[in-house]
Amino acid sequence: MSALHALAALPAYVPMIGGSGTGNPTADFSDTPWWLSLAKALLIFVYLLVSTLLVIWFERRVIGRMQQRPGPNRTGPFGLLQTLADGVKLALKEDLTPKNADKIVFMAAPAIAGAAAFVSFAIMPLGPSVWMFGHLTPLQLTDLPVAVLLVLAVAGVGVYGIVLAGWSSGSTYPLLGGLRSTAQVISYEIAMGLSLVAVFLYSGSMSTSGIVAAQKSLWHIVPAFLSFFIYVITMVGETNRLPFDLAEGEGELTGGFHTEYSSLKFAMFFLGEYVNMFTVAALATTMFLGGWQAPPGISAINDGMFNHGWWGILWFTIKLWIFMFFFVWLRGSLPRTRYDQFMRFGWKFLIPVTLGWVVLVAFIRGANNGWLGDAKLHILGREIPYSTLALIVVVAATALLATWIWEGKQEAKAAESGIRPDEVDPYAGGFPVPPLPGQRLREPAATAATPTLTSKEDQHG
Amino acid sequence: MTAYDIAFAALGVVATGAALLAVTTRHLVHSALWLVVTLGAVAGCFLVLGAEFVALVQLLVYVGAIVVLVLFALMLTRAPIGPSSEHTTSLAHRGLAALVGAGTATLLLAVLLPLAGGPVDRREVASGQLARDLFGTWVWPFELLSVLLLGALVAAFAVSRAVRPDTGSAGGTP
Repeated sequence: MSALHALAALPAYVPMIGGSGTGNPTADFSDTPWWLSLAKALLIFVYLLVSTLLVIWFERRVIGRMQQRPGPNRTGPFGLLQTLADGVKLALKEDLTPKNADKIVFMAAPAIAGAAAFVSFAIMPLGPSVWMFGHLTPLQLTDLPVAVLLVLAVAGVGVYGIVLAGWSSGSTYPLLGGLRSTAQVISYEIAMGLSLVAVFLYSGSMSTSGIVAAQKSLWHIVPAFLSFFIYVITMVGETNRLPFDLAEGEGELTGGFHTEYSSLKFAMFFLGEYVNMFTVAALATTMFLGGWQAPPGISAINDGMFNHGWWGILWFTIKLWIFMFFFVWLRGSLPRTRYDQFMRFGWKFLIPVTLGWVVLVAFIRGANNGWLGDAKLHILGREIPYSTLALIVVVAATALLATWIWEGKQEAKAAESGIRPDEVDPYAGGFPVPPLPGQRLREPAATAATPTLTSKEDQHG
Repeated sequence: MTAYDIAFAALGVVATGAALLAVTTRHLVHSALWLVVTLGAVAGCFLVLGAEFVALVQLLVYVGAIVVLVLFALMLTRAPIGPSSEHTTSLAHRGLAALVGAGTATLLLAVLLPLAGGPVDRREVASGQLARDLFGTWVWPFELLSVLLLGALVAAFAVSRAVRPDTGSAGGTP
């Protein structure tokens, strides 16, 4: 469809930054009738639902192992049917609507959250072209020249599910949870979008199939390693998962934005959260880990046999589940961050670092294309422009220098804070503070004479 | 009459209807939500015209960021559920506003309608072409806009941090 139109306009088009792609999707949808698209949509839906059922079981079992307990193991073999049982239980519960709620929005919010999670998967390439019911069609629902932007746009719309759920409940805790998550998702979306820019620069394309094709020889995780790290951090923030699940902090907000939700409406939020995890993981796979392509060693076997046909789904699923394990691992090992720390990290560290990184990548791409000088170094049969080397040396030197200065500062700080008095007054700050290791408590008789406590007594008496 | 025409007309109707609802509803948050519908429908119009990039950026920036910020501000301050009457204006005020709105619409229609000639050919623009236009031909307006936005940002900071001379309320001190 759109790919064909774009091909017709190709002669007028010069490759943008010398990337390997032309910016247009490489997947060819010309042999895909509408009913096949419908079938593929259904397949993706079922794939995501089954994955969600599995990942909830997986999460509870793995966290169980991490905490040295068995986890659910009664329902079905290995407890596999536990999620199903929980789903039935949820469906049979009473569906409550608070008296104070805005009824229509209260109903719409879980629908938005659930639906938005599924939409992004339409552009994820699950594999190369395969024969399906007599048609050669890519294992991907659709592709656009700007497909990755669709994921970001849909994530932006998905926020409404959370915000509106928080607002329409007509209660304080959900409102606070909704507020928190709005700020959180918007902030981390900026860093997420910026981290993907480096991938666009390297692949010269914003279509997912084009990006996968551009990673044929080298996965983007190598040249855009910093983007990968930042993306992984932001994707945890974006999906409201631990350690960044501040929107539903049980300790301070009871349940956050979904406090007032029950039964199937709550299940929609639950489903949306897990499908969202798959969506961001699929995007990470597509952008940085070569998408559906086999890992380097395996892809060389038998003339790339494992890179054809239905094999793609296997590699894609494996990569997806590596991220799932990572999510679970994080949840099992890290405590929730404080909200101000989380926001400071996002705005004062992630965004500036990503901005600098994008500028740097643009320079490296320019140097590679010979825009900063034509002299080239011939080494091991490859040509590397001197300007690229110079850039890399400058960057490495700057990174070293920055680490050196930072470490010096840290050491100075550690030395400064290392000077601790042997004796502490436990009530000096107005509330009891236990002593640090190696410190003694001041005797009560001596404490009474300290100025802080006397002044306190004066106030009281 | 092709499918594109019908889709474009339907989206236009949705956008206009939602815009009218956005300014007439008594529910503050609903007003923001109708604005979301309007902006989404406009994004749909762009999509029908073949401008996928513009449509997605419209969704990303306006729906995903700006209206969310509007909602954010509403919820930070009051978050009213149900109709709120304290912002209701007088009948004359409303009539005047409607008059000004209708006048602007008529003016725009009078200028734009003669320009709309024969059928518009739906053309898919490659991202590279768009990038070269944006950062080549239109680079100065683009940069000017970003400087304007930066200026607004700095000014907002200056206003929020300015020391107010003795209003007696908290929040004025830096």
